[in-house]
Amino acid sequence: MAKKKLILYALILVFTFIAPFAFPAYGTQLATLWLMIIVAITWDMTGGQMGYNSLGNIFFYGTGMYVAALISIGQVYDVGEYTSAAGGGIYEFTDAQYFSGLFLGVISAGIFCSITAVLIGYITFGLRGPYFAIGTLAVAIAAGELVSNWEWVGGGQGIALPVYPGDLDVGKTFFYFLFASVGVSVFIFVKWLYGTRFGAAINAIRDDEEKAEAMGIHTLRYKLITWAMAAFFVGMAGGISGFQLIHFEPLETAYQTINLGIFMVVCVLLGGKGTLWGPVVGAILFHLFKEVTWTYFLGWQWVALGALIVVTVVYFQDGVMGWVMRKRPEWFGIRVEESK
Amino acid sequence: MDQILSNLSMLVDFPIVNLKILIDGIMIGAIFVLVAYGLALVWGVMNVKNLAQGDFVISGGYVSWWLVQQGFPALLGVPVAFVVMWGVGWVAYKLVISRVIERDMFTSLLATFGLAIMMAQILNLMFGSDTQSVDLGYDTLFFADGLIDVPIAKLIGVLMATVLAASVIWFMKTSRMGQAIRATAQDARAARVMGIDTEKVYAFTFSLNSAICGAAGAIIVMVWLIQPFYGIAYAIRAFVIVTAAGLGNLPGVIAAGLGIGALEQFGAHIFGIGYQQAIAVVLLLIVLIIRLIQQKRNRQVLK
Amino acid sequence: MTAIIEIQGVCKAYGGVVANKEVSMEIKSGGITGLIGPNGSGKTTLFNSVVGYHPIDAGSIKFEGKEISKLQVQDIARLGLLRTFQQTRIYGLMNGVENMLISLPHRKMNLWDALKPNSKEDYEKADRLLEFVGLYEKRLLKSGALSFGQQKLLEFAMALMNEPTCLLLDEPTAGINPTLINGLIDRLKRANAEFGITLFIIEHNMRVIMNMADTIYCMAHGEMLAQGTPDEIQNDQRVIDAYLGAH
Repeated sequence: MAKKKLILYALILVFTFIAPFAFPAYGTQLATLWLMIIVAITWDMTGGQMGYNSLGNIFFYGTGMYVAALISIGQVYDVGEYTSAAGGGIYEFTDAQYFSGLFLGVISAGIFCSITAVLIGYITFGLRGPYFAIGTLAVAIAAGELVSNWEWVGGGQGIALPVYPGDLDVGKTFFYFLFASVGVSVFIFVKWLYGTRFGAAINAIRDDEEKAEAMGIHTLRYKLITWAMAAFFVGMAGGISGFQLIHFEPLETAYQTINLGIFMVVCVLLGGKGTLWGPVVGAILFHLFKEVTWTYFLGWQWVALGALIVVTVVYFQDGVMGWVMRKRPEWFGIRVEESK
Repeated sequence: MDQILSNLSMLVDFPIVNLKILIDGIMIGAIFVLVAYGLALVWGVMNVKNLAQGDFVISGGYVSWWLVQQGFPALLGVPVAFVVMWGVGWVAYKLVISRVIERDMFTSLLATFGLAIMMAQILNLMFGSDTQSVDLGYDTLFFADGLIDVPIAKLIGVLMATVLAASVIWFMKTSRMGQAIRATAQDARAARVMGIDTEKVYAFTFSLNSAICGAAGAIIVMVWLIQPFYGIAYAIRAFVIVTAAGLGNLPGVIAAGLGIGALEQFGAHIFGIGYQQAIAVVLLLIVLIIRLIQQKRNRQVLK
Repeated sequence: MTAIIEIQGVCKAYGGVVANKEVSMEIKSGGITGLIGPNGSGKTTLFNSVVGYHPIDAGSIKFEGKEISKLQVQDIARLGLLRTFQQTRIYGLMNGVENMLISLPHRKMNLWDALKPNSKEDYEKADRLLEFVGLYEKRLLKSGALSFGQQKLLEFAMALMNEPTCLLLDEPTAGINPTLINGLIDRLKRANAEFGITLFIIEHNMRVIMNMADTIYCMAHGEMLAQGTPDEIQNDQRVIDAYLGAH
């Protein structure tokens, strides 16, 4: 069994490496797929494993995007001047400046988002159930609105970042591997985390928070830490996205509450909430669905997506993994053991 | 910052402007009360937190706008929107809502969010993304040397909102269906044991909510603007009001609705119109934090 | 023996109904203290005030000398003052062992400890305590599938896993099959004697509480009526009146 699993993981890793070379035409698509996997897994950390359904995780994506961009620009130029130029002035970045800005920016984005997660979570984690969902949604919407009114960071125009220095196809592969490395790290990270006492404690919070409190688990602390860890990865993903997109603006790209912000939830529900593989499977399925509708139902794609959300939530809430688990429980080690 | 300060000082120098903003705020607040009352109804009776609330409003607005384009008088829009949105609400209930009532609350929240996206996009495909409004062609009344302007259309809108709210409340208090709805809200199982067809009550409640929203939208289009994606802001305002007032607190909903209308107008005046949406959301956060502190004092959480 | 919990003049009213009026009592460290009283006498209100479920109007509640009447539930639990629920609360989707492992005393862990997987000792301890309450054979079943009495035993074992200083039990024998009751009494006594856990028990069943407690308090109409050893309480005319409804 263990050997089979190892082979499976090895195969996936090999596929991860050759995918951009095997399907060069889909480089950006595959990178986006990894982005979906990252945001889905991190959403599941609080939503599936801890029972806190956030509608505001997109806040970290947008914030990460801005932090990474501002750090990399601020390294070289005055940010206010840079953003006010809006295509007017010419701002050059050397290769070294580009890459150091990118890496420093992306890491800072992760750290900054972790810190904001703790600060915001200190308030929002006092809210339960639907109040938490609406409260976090409000945070994300408010952030988008405020940033779009903040001229120093480009206001509603957003920010334009330098283009990848060098061949554009190499750039595509470069961003693919950036996303893939974050994605693989986050998967390994949660696989380890769910096996610890900490993982068991956040499951306890999900199943019966009042009981967990009565048993003396540091519920608030664990909730904050979990969200901060999720925010770290989402923030980094957001930072990378900013550089990949080159130009982004606050409402439609960075704090895209009703796009990516809701997609991540649908991915997790589609794949199976509270499972290790569910978010990954869900992200792949959702991405396929999205691309098909974008290609064949152009104009109606949004309606189709809304319908997908409704159908998933109403009729298929256990997701793929939940469905498999019901059909084949023995695959997941659920069996009645003979007592001795 | 300077802009904000000068806006503030204008309010201090010309007290009459405060009155104008207050009147504007209370007028839009009357609409918020309608939408929030519908939300509180659905929330209290069937424990569904409807994020599509605002899109019912906007759909109602488009029904009325479309009628006017066909040459019908604008005032007809309100009853027609009421009836049409009743039907839309009933369909939405049968297809989606009836299947999420028994589930956890996040399910209903997400399902209605999906519904909201669908409705907004369908409106966008049908009518385009421009802002629309209907001109009633009435005059504007001026008070205080022209500093306070009250369009008659606005007065009619507020009057209609009041009549609608009063008749719904009267209906809830006196009719058999109203009694059944209130009984179901208190204890659905007990109501079922006593022979109330709760399924029918749920369908009726949700349709009624949708119809109220539709009528509110028809009023909005006569006085203010609508656009396919304006819905979510109305949904959020309704949440602010219901959260601030608490469930089953009708005077509270009215007070909170009017208050939030006024706060939003003042906020938009001080910070600029670009912040209007942000103000609605920040108000929600403030209300949540206040409720949280209250609950903490009771050694409880907000759930 | 010193008092581990001191309750001084606690008042609590719901609207106009006074549930606790100037209630004072002491729970001795290392002992078994019982709280009895007819329905509606204010026992559960007092219990909820102690564990932090609602605020009190006046008075003070001290645990090991520390004022706890303003703390939240989880803060009180982290002091080592644990409670069980009358309507048993366990994690129904997990099996017995998982339930036990979740109940490890997180208050004694720093974050670094929490980020480790469960150790072999944890598993052994879980097995030992499940054995202690007689659930070892059923440890791998989904705990939601256990009978109500077995769930109560599991909840009790989970509480022991948490290594509390003081354990508050809300009607531990309510809804339990009479044949299981004797076994439960025996285990509660052993937990008190072997693990040194102070017990504070609300109980309806007179026979159970008289068999177990060394000190008994009796409440009626929101006030503390009498206190004493089981023998004294059994022969106290006021207690008899309260139960027979002489008022």
